[in-house]
Amino acid sequence: MELLINTVLLGLLGITAIAILMTRHLFVATMLSGGYSLTSAALLVSLDAVDVAFTEAAVGAGVSTVLMLGTLTLTRRREKVQKEFRWSPLLVVTVTGALLIYGTVDMPAFGDPNAPALLHIVPEYIAGTRDDIQIPNIVTAILASYRGYDTLGETAVIFTAGVGVLLLLGRRREEDEEAGTRRPERDA
Amino acid sequence: MLELFLAKYNYWIVILLMMIGLYVVVARGNLVKKIIGLNVFQTSVFVMYISLGKVAGGTAPVLTGKNELFSNPLPHVLILTAIVVGVATTALGLAIVVRVREAYGTIEDDEIEEIERQDMAGDLEGRRR
Repeated sequence: MELLINTVLLGLLGITAIAILMTRHLFVATMLSGGYSLTSAALLVSLDAVDVAFTEAAVGAGVSTVLMLGTLTLTRRREKVQKEFRWSPLLVVTVTGALLIYGTVDMPAFGDPNAPALLHIVPEYIAGTRDDIQIPNIVTAILASYRGYDTLGETAVIFTAGVGVLLLLGRRREEDEEAGTRRPERDA
Repeated sequence: MLELFLAKYNYWIVILLMMIGLYVVVARGNLVKKIIGLNVFQTSVFVMYISLGKVAGGTAPVLTGKNELFSNPLPHVLILTAIVVGVATTALGLAIVVRVREAYGTIEDDEIEEIERQDMAGDLEGRRR
């Protein structure tokens, strides 16, 4: 049953991704990408990653979609259709995909309880969470304690991105006020 | 044969999704569409990591005192960080798109290139005079 849900949700993700590729309307693409995030959150629940699913549903499906809708109101809704079809992107993508699929040959089977990644440090984290940290959620214990520096680095990245967005979008208003008018837009 | 297919099915579909995302980033000229493609790529990577941590018959890594077979919690932690960083890059990318639209009046990369070429030709013309 679990396997069936997994298979169906992955298929849904595939259909959504192809729809995103095909549509020329950016609003439709944005909504589909929100749906893609939400479907992947459902898939993450079936793969036992409840914390990740929570974050993906809130941040991936929620915040990203809002940001994109905001951008669409400031720019255009429609994508230009390119006239000639170029082969080079398709070639690059096919070769990369083939190499990645070749790479999966050596990977442990899906759901393998003896996968190397499971045997190295994870048992120590689980035992440590039970005996030393004593909170029920192992993911929280690793995130905030064993891998606390990762989270500190993540905060630094978000701060940098926030400063970047403010500099990009905030500076132009000062310039406009100094010049008295907005810069004339150049139309192609 | 079916066993092999089921053992690798998750990885193969995820690779397919990643390549669709990569194709959108490389082949589409619209800057917003490129960022949507980047999001598709990112989410596929998340699913790849979580699939690697799944244990058949395991449960979510929360201590209950009864069931002691958990899926690997380490990829969950890494992906929690990656999701938030992904949104940070999306926000920064979209801010750049808005800025490009203000400077050039378009978000199609071939039109931007055309304007740049005209600008360069205009500069050369001005220098010659």
